[in-house]
Amino acid sequence: MFNIFKIAGSALSAQSVRLNTIASNLANAESVAGPNGEPYRARQVVFGAKLLEDGKGYSVEAGPIVESTAPFRLVHEPSNPMADENGYVKMSNVNAVEDMVNMISASRSYQNSTEVISSVKSMMQKTLQIGS
Amino acid sequence: MTSGLDRLISVQNASIGIRVARQQLLASNIANADTPNFKASDVDFKAELLRAMAPGRVPLGGLATTSSAHLQPPQSQSPVGVAYRVDHQGNLDGNTVDMDVERAQFAENNLRHDASITFINHLLRSVQQAVQGQ
Repeated sequence: MFNIFKIAGSALSAQSVRLNTIASNLANAESVAGPNGEPYRARQVVFGAKLLEDGKGYSVEAGPIVESTAPFRLVHEPSNPMADENGYVKMSNVNAVEDMVNMISASRSYQNSTEVISSVKSMMQKTLQIGS
Repeated sequence: MTSGLDRLISVQNASIGIRVARQQLLASNIANADTPNFKASDVDFKAELLRAMAPGRVPLGGLATTSSAHLQPPQSQSPVGVAYRVDHQGNLDGNTVDMDVERAQFAENNLRHDASITFINHLLRSVQQAVQGQ
């Protein structure tokens, strides 16, 4: 039964990593040039399931963080010092709407995992009180 | 060796063991709701309980041994009745976890586990009352 805490704990930390990347995406949604001279590319976390040692459940791991290969957004601003020869500025490829939906989904999953933990805690406390 | 007390609470005892194993599977499903290609699974409670109550079955924790020469019978690693859940709404990334279904099953499992605990308490209390002659 204690493995359930491990499972739900792994879900909580995986969802936090996901929320962190979403926060970083939203913060850099309007950035034009990053440290390497290119605009910011949206990042996503890939989750993976990991079998527990007793083989009776899966915990979740926040796996590699991949960068989106969507094309950069082009904005016509000839007066901008970063504009290319056609007057277009390359802005980051973050899709703010997608990230907001992602954030809602991540926080919902986080809430579900905290409910799992509190339910199981009360189950174990009841079990300890058998016979009293 | 099954004493009278063991036989009295044997059904509820087996039921609690299966409920706990099922709770772990359901928690796995909920934790992996966003993992690509993860398939939700569940325990067939009726089949598991029938298997647990069948005569001659090895209890969940293995047989008690008092000497290093005692052998343990072979045990399967996972419950026999584990099966994949039917997926009603397809998902682009291959994940079959439906959060509503999982949460409802989790809450129901929790409740039935508490019910088994309550039944065990009542059975033990009735034995106590019989002993005390009330």
